[in-house]
Amino acid sequence: MRNGSSVEVRLPSELGFEKVAMCTAAGMAALMGFSEDRIEDLKTAVAEACINAMEHGNQLNEESPVGVILSRSDDQLEVRVIDDGQGVSEAPHSPDIDRKIAGDEGPRGMGMFLIQALVDEAEWHKGPPGKSYVRLVIRLAKNGEGESI
Amino acid sequence: MQASTKVAERTATGGSGDPVAILAFTGDISSTSKDTILDSYKGLGATAAKVLLDFRGVDYINSSGIAIIIQLLLEANKAGHRTIGIFGLTPHFNKVFTMVGVAKYATISPDEATALGKL
Repeated sequence: MRNGSSVEVRLPSELGFEKVAMCTAAGMAALMGFSEDRIEDLKTAVAEACINAMEHGNQLNEESPVGVILSRSDDQLEVRVIDDGQGVSEAPHSPDIDRKIAGDEGPRGMGMFLIQALVDEAEWHKGPPGKSYVRLVIRLAKNGEGESI
Repeated sequence: MQASTKVAERTATGGSGDPVAILAFTGDISSTSKDTILDSYKGLGATAAKVLLDFRGVDYINSSGIAIIIQLLLEANKAGHRTIGIFGLTPHFNKVFTMVGVAKYATISPDEATALGKL
């Protein structure tokens, strides 16, 4: 696979279709030589980004597709997940399991945390409809160390 | 287009000699799994003080699915006397469950024998 190769996928905003993007990302990462555990990290991060785009960005409107663009460069895979929403304004926060178990915090709300924790870079960009996106980057050698988290 | 979740219930004996209820999940665990999982958990008899969650047959889990497991742990915490164990997670989801703090409220074991030995 050449440097600069890219793949684009358009998903209906229907839960479950995130698995199509997940499998596409996994296939591309495997072609690039990513290790099995890094591919698993990527699959979860891509799935969570797509779910957020479907639920929060596109409000599960099946007529608003989620765009997924996967681009490779020398040693990294970049994934952009694009939706029609206004974008995310808050930074990901670590889940507080004690508050969740006590019922003081909802059990959900872990997607952004997982995305940020599992890939090397995660950025949320606000934009007009169709232009908000999350950009994920996963490197062949994680943070230059060749280690998985 | 989400795959359904199935739950099978069986019992075993824990390392302490106490009975352990095992809920074995198959399929996907996502937002649509909520009623199936929580209803099966709530359907356990009040005497089931120790419960194991078997993930060996699970193909896919997302954060909404993990949230359902956290809700189950919340219910167990409310009950006050229920001990929850988890086994059969892939190494990746073992890591993810630990990252979000599930390991603080449930033992996580690689296999059923190890999990039962802790209960």
